Amino acid sequence: MYEHVVDNFRSIAPRVEFCSLRLVHARSEYVSVRQNILQPVSSSEDMGAMVTVIDKSGMGYAGTSDLTAAGLRRAAEHAGSWAHSSAGRSVVNFSTVPFPRPAGEYASPVQKVWNSLSLAEKIDMLRAENVRLKTDDRIVDWDASLWYTESDTVFVTADGGRVDQRFRYLVPMLSATANAGTETQSRTFAGRGYCRQGGLEILDHSGFFTAAPRIADEALQLLLAPNCPSGIQDVLLAPDQMILQIHESIGHPLELDRILGDERNYAGTSFVTPDMFGSYRYGSDLLNITFDPTRAEEFASYGFDDDGQPARREHLVRDGILVRGLGGMTSQARTGLSGVANARATSWNRPPIDRMANLNLEPGTASFADMVAAIENGVYMQTNCSWSIDDSRNKFQFGCEWGRRIENGKLTTVVKNPNYRGVSATFWRSLKMVGGPETVEVLGSPYCGKGEPNQVIRVGHASPPCLFADVEVFGGE
Amino acid sequence: MQEYFFHIADHLSSLLHADEIYTCSFSAEDSDFVRFNRSSVRQAGTVSQRYLELDLIKGRRHSEGTVSLSGDADVDRTRVAQLLAASREKLPYLPEDPHLLYATEVRSSEHHGKNQLPEDSAAIVASILEAGRGHDLVGIYAAGGIHNGFANSFGQRNWFSSYSYNFDWSFFLQGDKAVKTGYAGFVWNPAEFARKVEVAREELTVLARPPRTISPGRYRVYLAPTALVEIIGLLSWGGFGLKDHRTKQTTLLKMAEGNARLHPMLSLTENTRDGVAPNFQDAGFLKPDQVLLIDHGEFRNCLVSPRSAQEYAVPTNGAGDSEMPESIDLAAGTVASQDVLRQLDTGIYINNLWYLNYSDRPACRITGMTRFATFWVERGEIHAPLNVMRFDETLYRMLGENLEGLTSERDFILDSGTYGSRSTSSSRVPGALVKDFTFTL
Repeated sequence: MYEHVVDNFRSIAPRVEFCSLRLVHARSEYVSVRQNILQPVSSSEDMGAMVTVIDKSGMGYAGTSDLTAAGLRRAAEHAGSWAHSSAGRSVVNFSTVPFPRPAGEYASPVQKVWNSLSLAEKIDMLRAENVRLKTDDRIVDWDASLWYTESDTVFVTADGGRVDQRFRYLVPMLSATANAGTETQSRTFAGRGYCRQGGLEILDHSGFFTAAPRIADEALQLLLAPNCPSGIQDVLLAPDQMILQIHESIGHPLELDRILGDERNYAGTSFVTPDMFGSYRYGSDLLNITFDPTRAEEFASYGFDDDGQPARREHLVRDGILVRGLGGMTSQARTGLSGVANARATSWNRPPIDRMANLNLEPGTASFADMVAAIENGVYMQTNCSWSIDDSRNKFQFGCEWGRRIENGKLTTVVKNPNYRGVSATFWRSLKMVGGPETVEVLGSPYCGKGEPNQVIRVGHASPPCLFADVEVFGGE
Repeated sequence: MQEYFFHIADHLSSLLHADEIYTCSFSAEDSDFVRFNRSSVRQAGTVSQRYLELDLIKGRRHSEGTVSLSGDADVDRTRVAQLLAASREKLPYLPEDPHLLYATEVRSSEHHGKNQLPEDSAAIVASILEAGRGHDLVGIYAAGGIHNGFANSFGQRNWFSSYSYNFDWSFFLQGDKAVKTGYAGFVWNPAEFARKVEVAREELTVLARPPRTISPGRYRVYLAPTALVEIIGLLSWGGFGLKDHRTKQTTLLKMAEGNARLHPMLSLTENTRDGVAPNFQDAGFLKPDQVLLIDHGEFRNCLVSPRSAQEYAVPTNGAGDSEMPESIDLAAGTVASQDVLRQLDTGIYINNLWYLNYSDRPACRITGMTRFATFWVERGEIHAPLNVMRFDETLYRMLGENLEGLTSERDFILDSGTYGSRSTSSSRVPGALVKDFTFTL
């Protein structure tokens, strides 16, 4: 159905060193039931394209939703104008960046398509979860929702390259909020962490249909729980907190565009410097981090990035040593460092920049019971609810929805407002135990913000639970 | 653009069945985005986008849909007709919505900003590159037209357009030591830009001094308007909405229902009249000129969307679905800006805060980082740049019992945010002198 746009592009592509078209057609539907009442069902359809021109060392882009030949011609003229006006004034000679002439396709794996259930059936399903969430008068707000998106992209280069990719995303969500007086506590379905590529089978695989009673019960338990105790303790982080820890204190610092300074005015810089790659001890020997766009069900899998670079799995940290950064073709050319295929854009109206995609912590060998048994005094923390880190991605502070003390090798008291803080450069060296393959959860986030102009993008993170020694832990007021 | 949107709206009206109602919102922009790093161009481009959001209503059933438009009226008549048809198909499968509320009184309005921007941005980009010569300049220049409209089948038509620029940039000295500056408005004034560049260059010289690292503890601080706006901005995230209040999720719960209060000198208003955002919202309600949120330290009013108004049986005050303020106005105090260093005496002068979040929502305890130009001050004089520090402090302490003064001058800060589209939010905020501000890491 996109051939007319591709034909229009090929008919107007200017005679320049490089010209590409990236067409994005996204359709989404959001269905939510809150307090047993269906919220407005909203759908959206967004279609547009970005034309990129490289000529005489400069680069320019133009995003447009006018996909007629005339519209694309105007976009190409804008992009060409920017390329020429920035030539010789850019951070790199774009004519020297070896952008590929790709060929291929990718499609998300889908077992149970979105429309295999009617809208009425989806509403009934979410209503049933609402009933399971409202277990007590102290539950003052509750909701269940599904956010489904289909996104088709076509990347075409004027010299004959073409990539077609078809993505299908589902973001399931449950939440319950309990209140007594001025104390309010919420529990959720891993935030929106069970976002994945695929269809409605994700609901079965993620435990969506069994989670509601536990979520409500835990919100009520937190109302009565004491604050998390303060002190230097061991911390056992569940996968739905590990994803945030990986994202903020490994993913962002390793982005080559941050290291190059592109983000210093907004998202920040990095404590990592180019000379660290190949030798810097990022964490203990147990730390292995991969960039893995090939894990089919994970949220940010793809076959090619938005510059058309073929994507493959790479180790970024191997046995605790930093070996590779997160940078696409442009950043690789600017730094001379090896990178990955991670130049990504949120949609047709933003240009690609270095993003995380799927960033995973590889499993170790410990069982969950082994890790609990190894702790004399510590806290188990689950489900991120607060995140903050400095602009160099070093001094962090994170908070979780749910905590349980671990005393003498046993899970004991539930505690509220569990928080911990540390410094990325040293925190990962205290990684003491890593859960085995059976403990890994495939999670992610629909909301990673970065870039000027701003972009929010999908990321995937798979991780087992991990045990860290001697962490500064504290609770609420 | 206005004519185009009203034409589309009229076309929708012509397609409507007798028992149907619609509301629709239009948002569009034609923007230049030029990104800089190390005083060179990183990425330069143009984005033209148009979106129409339709709510098709039949009785109390309704279906919402958004579609991107091309700008070509012939193409777009087809697109909105398809959206209308798809919405109509859904209606029989949707239950009645008890919280549906839309404006039925026709209140049309128009605001046409004058386009005083240059024909293209190339000359401004050249002057920015010139200003960065010999320095390490990083940031973004965003400029162009922003257009918003509302229409419904009752005949209401609202229009808002503005043509603005926002150059958000930093001069970096080394590492994370930098001076951040914003220059935003409607008419690019080379002399004013040159003045801002000169001020930033002067501040860089202070950053060249050896940095100081402090131990965690409590310090006397001055929060410049660009720092205080970050705290008020976080409060906007869940602090003022009626839904958050009625479901006890507001981070201001202790102030709204308990005994907590802020300092009597603190008054906060959603000041639509003096902001730069449209004064209408997606269901067709107009916003009042002002909504007083905090009155001399006490919680006064919530922002009420039409949906919350229907759910909780109170009148709407024109808030959007998110029930977040868009035109923040924090009342000025009495401390003269030129007297800030003397009154701070010994402590920390904080120009920017960064990455704020709640570390204890019921207690409204906030954590975040210092960033950019933050200085150690002794006996009223700036001594050294400060290495970044993490704070963790409750709102009730920092803007309550420990608030010592607000400046008499305020900054008008145009939001440089560009998630999805260029922001029309703004803030008018003073600086704040605070004692015993807690740093933790």
